[in-house]
Amino acid sequence: MDERLSISAVDADRRSRAAAERFRSAASESGLVDVAVGTLDSPVGELFVAVTPRGLASIAFEGVDRDALLTRFTRELSPRVVAAARATDDVRRELDEYFRGARRRFDLTLDRRLMSRFMLDVLGATSRISFGRLATYGEIAGTIGRPRAARAVGAALGANPIPIVIPCHRVVGANGKLTGYGGGLPRKEFLLQLEGSLL
Amino acid sequence: MTGRSLPPFEVFLEANRAVVYRYLVAAVGSVDADDVFQETFLAALRAYPRCTEPDRLDRWVLRIASRKAIDHHRGAARRPVPVAAPPDLTAADADPAGDGLGPAARAVRDLPSRQRDAVAYRHILGLSVAETASLMGTTEEAVRANAYQGIRKLKERATWTND
Repeated sequence: MDERLSISAVDADRRSRAAAERFRSAASESGLVDVAVGTLDSPVGELFVAVTPRGLASIAFEGVDRDALLTRFTRELSPRVVAAARATDDVRRELDEYFRGARRRFDLTLDRRLMSRFMLDVLGATSRISFGRLATYGEIAGTIGRPRAARAVGAALGANPIPIVIPCHRVVGANGKLTGYGGGLPRKEFLLQLEGSLL
Repeated sequence: MTGRSLPPFEVFLEANRAVVYRYLVAAVGSVDADDVFQETFLAALRAYPRCTEPDRLDRWVLRIASRKAIDHHRGAARRPVPVAAPPDLTAADADPAGDGLGPAARAVRDLPSRQRDAVAYRHILGLSVAETASLMGTTEEAVRANAYQGIRKLKERATWTND
């Protein structure tokens, strides 16, 4: 048979790319997507966000291994992970407002399933530090009734799955120094400057 | 479940979209491939957490695509078809989808479903007889016979159109 029976592999790749894009929107509307992932631009670099029907589950800075994250979502949330940009629209809008200086607190509902028990306590206390304020690791440790656990608090904050929205950047060393940040110190500095906490 | 665990659906979609699309162009035609592609992957997404073949997901999704192609043909048989084509459409008729595929390619989709799948898996996707047999849940002998009968019909059809 010299006649081709289907389109070439190259055409199949091109056309299936468009079809897959259409599928992603349809899937998102069908309610079958358990974890919708998407990217958004921000002054601290491209952010990779994951939203579930329960709420925002994850924000990752540029440089984080996205394949590893997808595997983690699959294991800890659901394998129905789809790049459905529209599902991340609310997060995109609130973050845009925050970076424009038009929002001081987030109204997003959060999915906290990627947090351990201890992290839930630490990040719960961290969520109560308002815009423009700072707290020390020791203060957070005291708030959760573990006054000697400042170091463990630091580790929990470093693993915060929802940075920016859960403002772990507002936690600093006892001397007011920016001692560390999951997304790197320059980003912490930028966020605190944006909030007027640093000159 | 085997030792391997399911990859994220997004990774599975990227790995299999092209092969499914190529199969569907052969099985339902260029025009309808897109719609059946949507149905295939929506069904796959629905069933995904219960999938028990994490290391043969390509087979798993082709089986779903095959079922969706059969549904599509059943639906098409029930849909009304225009009685006579307008007389000046001969050029469009030779290549209605503008995809460079001729009458033999279009004849694949008119084959009985077992022959259609045998031809598509063997001669379009290039799977081995053993792989095709496992995919179709049948014997290698049956695959050989189905593919042979399918190809023979396509040749008849091609010769007949060229006359």
